[in-house]
Amino acid sequence: MAGWTIRNERETMETQTDMLKIDNLHARVAGKDILKGVSLDVQSGQVHAIMGPNGAGKSTLGHILAGRDGYEVTQGSVTFEGRDLLALEPEERAAAGVFLAFQYPVEIPGVNNTYFLRAALNAQRKVRGEPELDSMQFLKRVREKMAVLHLSDDLLHRGVNEGFSGGEKKRNEIFQLAVLEPKLAILDETDSGLDIDAMKAVADGVNALRDAGRSFLVITHYQRLLDYIKPDVVHVLAEGRIVESGGPELALELEAHGYAWLKDRVAPGAVPS
Amino acid sequence: MSALLDSLAAGFSGSAMQRATLDAVLRDGMPHARMEAWRYTPLRALERRSFGAAGSVPVGAALLDGIAAPRMVFVNGHFDAGLSRLDALPAGVSVHPLSQRLAGSDARATQDLERRYERPDEPFARLNAALAGEGAVVRIDAGTQVATPLQLVFLGAPAGADAAWHARHLLELERGASATVIEHHLHAGEHAHLANTLVHVQLAAGARLNHSRIQAEAGNASLFSRTDAVLARDAVYNRTDLELGAALSRHELNVRLEGERARLVANGVLFADGRRHVDNRLGIEHIARDTSCELLWRGLGAGRGKAVFHGGITIRAGADGSNANLSNKNLLLSATAEIDTQPVLVIHADEVKAAHGATVGQLDTTALFYLRSRGLGESEARRMLTAAFCREVVTAIEDPAVREVLAAALDLALSRLENA
Repeated sequence: MAGWTIRNERETMETQTDMLKIDNLHARVAGKDILKGVSLDVQSGQVHAIMGPNGAGKSTLGHILAGRDGYEVTQGSVTFEGRDLLALEPEERAAAGVFLAFQYPVEIPGVNNTYFLRAALNAQRKVRGEPELDSMQFLKRVREKMAVLHLSDDLLHRGVNEGFSGGEKKRNEIFQLAVLEPKLAILDETDSGLDIDAMKAVADGVNALRDAGRSFLVITHYQRLLDYIKPDVVHVLAEGRIVESGGPELALELEAHGYAWLKDRVAPGAVPS
Repeated sequence: MSALLDSLAAGFSGSAMQRATLDAVLRDGMPHARMEAWRYTPLRALERRSFGAAGSVPVGAALLDGIAAPRMVFVNGHFDAGLSRLDALPAGVSVHPLSQRLAGSDARATQDLERRYERPDEPFARLNAALAGEGAVVRIDAGTQVATPLQLVFLGAPAGADAAWHARHLLELERGASATVIEHHLHAGEHAHLANTLVHVQLAAGARLNHSRIQAEAGNASLFSRTDAVLARDAVYNRTDLELGAALSRHELNVRLEGERARLVANGVLFADGRRHVDNRLGIEHIARDTSCELLWRGLGAGRGKAVFHGGITIRAGADGSNANLSNKNLLLSATAEIDTQPVLVIHADEVKAAHGATVGQLDTTALFYLRSRGLGESEARRMLTAAFCREVVTAIEDPAVREVLAAALDLALSRLENA
């Protein structure tokens, strides 16, 4: 089965290149099939939202793109800027420009937040053949990004996510995103557990980074975040397949009608070909 | 008979009392693995080896560039006046080589030296009592507060054949005195010597000693160390041990909390990579009321390394109101490394608070993925998490300059993980 392509997008954005191309991706975890043929093209500068009910495979998709262990890809391919993404180690993907904002950012006491981020940025730059940033240059970049996300100085000096509130953790993810400046950012339920102010701060951070060379894959259960981060394309993922794609209005439809109406769309025979 | 004991006894030149001690060790032989205290640290391979008397070897001063004055330097157990910097000691501080004190018949030093060690499972203390003639004697007068750390440097250096030395150190703080001492066990070149060290620490009422020990000896060295500390009332003993080097390193830390409200904080890292064997054995005794100990130890096993930790705490009858806390967490970084941890809490008093916990685990795979997903290579991510695991031990040190020295030593040792 060919991927569920978005003809309108293709026609109007012919000059743009595919940044991410997911083709018929099948994956399983612990012997259980989770993704059952996901196809998706993301072009440079686009924001794609992936919505869907719990258990649809949204987070699995994010993890597979970032290179987490424990997932078995049984079929299909993922190409990032022409390279076979699945063949790369997580750190190679990061250096190539892929970033995953975690749904549950990890607390790492004893590893200083700033030290870690500078080491990560410089490790990426080294792979790309760019000069490493010294601490002054790094600090300058950090200050600029922090202002956008309303992060307090204190968080910089703590361990990675150590003792951060839920909202601080999510803002810290977007802060890392801002400092690392990837080409493709995957936001895995970054809105979950956020109050409206924290969500606006996250959205401001993301919107400040939108440009023609950077794409976003926004994974979310709720439409709410998409009021602030306007997607170009919305996909609905259910039972391991993309069952519907459309413009921003699709998100509103989901918001109004919930996911129940999808039930008749997920039977294999009903998937558009 | 043991080649080890014969070779060590060959250099004997002491008193009749020392001869008797030596004869007792020769009679009892080295401890075997059935002795509880040596169960995890077999000595059979060591017993077959011979060691000559250690000669003094000239060592370049550049090795000591990072170690500020005042410092006292020993090379292969011999005091090295040329490398030492003891000319600007603060008032109230006296630092001398033991040999000098003995020649001048220092009564208190003699008293410490004449202490008897009777048990067959303490052969190294007995050998030390029989054979040691050199060491550091440090005294801080009553009420003297010394901010600048005193650095004691013990260097092992290649000397032709494998050599052994026995050193005895006395650290004595009088009433209300406070001081910081850093022991550096370093090496100038690779060697396979045996060093046997016995340290006496005496803290009088209200005295406060911050004592760090960085063990970064040569990869083939064998080290046996023992620290016996006695704390009078309101004395505070803050101790940090980093076990980072040597092929075989055993340290016994015995602390007697004899005076009311005496307090011990002893933290340490045991790093056993390669084929190294590291064994630390704590024996803490709460004797007086309201005494406390806080023990935080982290063990790392990598390669085919083996780390052994024994945390023994005894709260004697009458030591009511005492508080004891032991945390020993260990990280296994390879399938072939081994960690043995044994917390032992014996309580004979009422109304005490005592807690201990020991764990052995592996690096958190989620944290590892998190770091790698940000661009850090796997070995760098592992090193960062491993360092973080040990960091608590070092961050507990109050003096930022001392903390920096220990953190640097730890980081340097952990960098071996990346090259493994």
